[in-house]
Amino acid sequence: MPFNLLVLSCVSYVVFLFLVAFIAERRAAAGKVRWLRSPLVYTLSLSIYCTAWTFYGAVGSAAASGLEFMTIYMGPTLVFVGWWGLLRKLVRIGRQQRVTSIADLISSRYGKSNLLGVAVTLISVVAATPYIALQLQSVVLSFGVFAADDREGTALWVAIGLALFTVLFGTRNLDANERHTGVVTAIAVEAVVKLAAALAVGVFVVWGIAGGPSDILARITAADRPEWALEPARWAGLTFASAAAVICLPRMFQVLVVENADETHLATAGWAFPLYLLGMSVFVIPIAVVGLEMLPDGNPDLFVLTIPLEAGRGDLAMLAFLGGFSSATSMVIVAAIALATMLSNHIVMPIWLGLMRPAVSGDVRRVVLLSRRLSIAGVLALGYAYFRLSGGGEALASIGLISFVGVAQVLPALVGGLFWRGATRVGAAVGLTLGAAVWMYTLFLPSFGAISADGFGIGWLRPHALFGTEGMDPLLHALFWSLILNVAGFCAGSILSFPSPMERLQGAAFVGVFDTAPGPSGWAGGAPEAEDLLVMAQRILGEETALTLFQAEARAQGRAGYLPDPTPAFLERLERRLAGAVGAATAHAMIFQVAGRAAVTVADLMAVADEAAQIMEYSARLESQRQELTRTAAALRDANAKLTRLAEQKDAFLGQISHELRTPMTSILAFSEILMGDVAPEDARRQAGIIHAEAIRLTRLLDDLLDLSVLESGQVKLHVSDVRLRAVLDRALAAAEHVRPRHDLTVFRDSGAEALVLRTDPDRLAQVFINLIANARKYCDAADPQLRIVVRAQDGGVTVDFIDNGRGIPRPAQASIFEKFARLDESGQAGTGLGLAICREVMMSLGGTIAYLPGQGGAAFRVWLPL
Amino acid sequence: MKRPLFLARGPYRRRRLRDAARILPFAGAVLFLMPLLWPSRGTGLNGLYMLAVWLGLVAVAAVLRLWLGDESGPED
Repeated sequence: MPFNLLVLSCVSYVVFLFLVAFIAERRAAAGKVRWLRSPLVYTLSLSIYCTAWTFYGAVGSAAASGLEFMTIYMGPTLVFVGWWGLLRKLVRIGRQQRVTSIADLISSRYGKSNLLGVAVTLISVVAATPYIALQLQSVVLSFGVFAADDREGTALWVAIGLALFTVLFGTRNLDANERHTGVVTAIAVEAVVKLAAALAVGVFVVWGIAGGPSDILARITAADRPEWALEPARWAGLTFASAAAVICLPRMFQVLVVENADETHLATAGWAFPLYLLGMSVFVIPIAVVGLEMLPDGNPDLFVLTIPLEAGRGDLAMLAFLGGFSSATSMVIVAAIALATMLSNHIVMPIWLGLMRPAVSGDVRRVVLLSRRLSIAGVLALGYAYFRLSGGGEALASIGLISFVGVAQVLPALVGGLFWRGATRVGAAVGLTLGAAVWMYTLFLPSFGAISADGFGIGWLRPHALFGTEGMDPLLHALFWSLILNVAGFCAGSILSFPSPMERLQGAAFVGVFDTAPGPSGWAGGAPEAEDLLVMAQRILGEETALTLFQAEARAQGRAGYLPDPTPAFLERLERRLAGAVGAATAHAMIFQVAGRAAVTVADLMAVADEAAQIMEYSARLESQRQELTRTAAALRDANAKLTRLAEQKDAFLGQISHELRTPMTSILAFSEILMGDVAPEDARRQAGIIHAEAIRLTRLLDDLLDLSVLESGQVKLHVSDVRLRAVLDRALAAAEHVRPRHDLTVFRDSGAEALVLRTDPDRLAQVFINLIANARKYCDAADPQLRIVVRAQDGGVTVDFIDNGRGIPRPAQASIFEKFARLDESGQAGTGLGLAICREVMMSLGGTIAYLPGQGGAAFRVWLPL
Repeated sequence: MKRPLFLARGPYRRRRLRDAARILPFAGAVLFLMPLLWPSRGTGLNGLYMLAVWLGLVAVAAVLRLWLGDESGPED
């Protein structure tokens, strides 16, 4: 087959996947996710376990050592049929703590320690690099089978294409805890292609080339050779290693825990995923045996492709090729997403946080997204570099196994952390370091000859015979020693050290995740200012999400507006929410920056003590009731103060209104008396002008009062018509020009969003807008006054935000600005104190709302209208 | 906080099913290791045995899922 045709079919396949991912994202955005997040898709997405290594390499491994390839599937099978014990707990914790990666889980369990996050990240990246190189190599090899004129650079283009796909669909939303619906759906499709390809080739081999099952069995018996006999140590050891890997591989953790949409899906995957693995491997031995007969000199790793080609079935070979291509691409895409999340959350963000102190300023979202995209490119670049450097010589299976042993080093810290409350950070760090070091020394570095085999001349330090254990298989030798030393270090470190309060808190939360009563909060004690928290949350979660979160929380506490009380429970929820975006350690550090105090003390921890749990729970309940009462009392005091203030303001206003009515009246009286006498015509004109102006002032005041009383009585008549929002805003801006005309106000608008058509009363709506714009012109005290008008569709309506860059409205006054007669200052700006009250009444009669929006860096008002 | 010491028939049965779900992987491991204990019977027969065990595990897990699948209760 010509090279160009092959490239064309690959490209069209990738375009097809693009479309699948794109449509899935569209449907998810429209809320139609029922079958996109079904147990079936979940199970299929788990199939990224079967990489190109297993797709091609399993046959190669079977040709060399018989049934041993099955061990790679047996481990995962055992883990999944036993989902009730381990995976269920893992998934529950992952969802409850909004875990973003396996590094995040370890870091979070051991007191949100970033040190451990960094360690797990480094191990994962080092172990994954050869694995990614392996996928590139398999694509290059399979290209070579089809196209004799193999070109340089295939691997490079594949790497670039995959990086592009991953960046496009893997970093659309910041919250790593949100599901990547598009990617997962595309992977599910690839899983079907893989399975179909493997089954099709197998069926063809058994019934097309051989004469059915009994013939195949006879051929297998005839082909049996001594080196196919089972090796007990490798049989057991590899099963264990693959069981560990299926839990600890970052990409498996990503689809298993992070992308999990519903815990009950796990129950289905518990039997369906082993069935998938069974389907992938049932024909491996027949293919290997028939391949050895037909092509004694061929590369067994490529039998899946070469047998159909040899038999003249180009179409089947093409399907097999796409199956292999799917295996390679889906693995690389998910691995890149998982590793990029870890790199960005545990290495880039903490450094950036340390340098910039961004709780005070700066846009965090953009930095996180950028660092994630760069990390994806970096991970693929590393894989490509390894591919070039290693020259792609080794048999496929051995590289994969080296990675398996590497990631298995996380297992003791992970399982220990889930089931043993006594596991500590020191223990986890010691175990991980020891295990990773032994793995590097005995397996990883020797794999590409980076270390001499004589152990620096010291007999018991030889990489393949540590402590004189000669004659072991090198892989098992590394697995044995690295995990033994890892577990020993983990246990000794945990037993000898004393955990910090945060570690003990997290330990109890993880181990007891199924005990429904929540433990003590990590944020007992004083409280930061809610507005500061909002400012910080907006920059990580985005303005809308943060505002919605705060508003919902405030409503749950029985308050109006956007600022809830910063109770410990709220802080905890907020921290978890942030952790979904930037990881537990970073989120904790950021809240700590705002709160500015230690999160939890040993005294708080007394509540964790099991013996005293019940008494403590009772007193905690009392305590929370007391706090509740305090809050209620505070709310009552607030209300009382507001009433008193209003009453005072009302009196003051009546005084003022009589004053305001009397001042023009007095001048009108005085000047009209003069006019009744003898006056020169030019004087008469001037005095009549004054009388006219004063009369206008009076009329305006009376108009306002009248307007308000009509609105309040609900007898207002609306003239509803279809109108473009942009037209109403244009009109309002033009009308507000006359307020302080020499005062320059720069207005930023978004004419695209303003193209919306509303069904409302345009005059009334314009009245509200004019009022808000006029207020900005009057009161915005910045040196270079600016007004941003932001329009967004949300909640079945449209919000229009007016945000200026002035001093804003101080916290105590925010509650009462919409009340009648409320005036912020006595600075002498002409105003009746009725403007915002009228706005509120108008919005109510239009079926919308108006509210003050805190935390926007100036005075900000949000108008909401139903669509 | 205190849990009851004895359970009615229905909850009792469910708990034992959970036990079965926990035991299953260990039973599977033992069955997967069996070929090591037999005198070599050839790759073909061993392979068939492995596939049969595999299929059996899938079937038992699927049956357990019918009873346990939608539960998300506390650890007992």
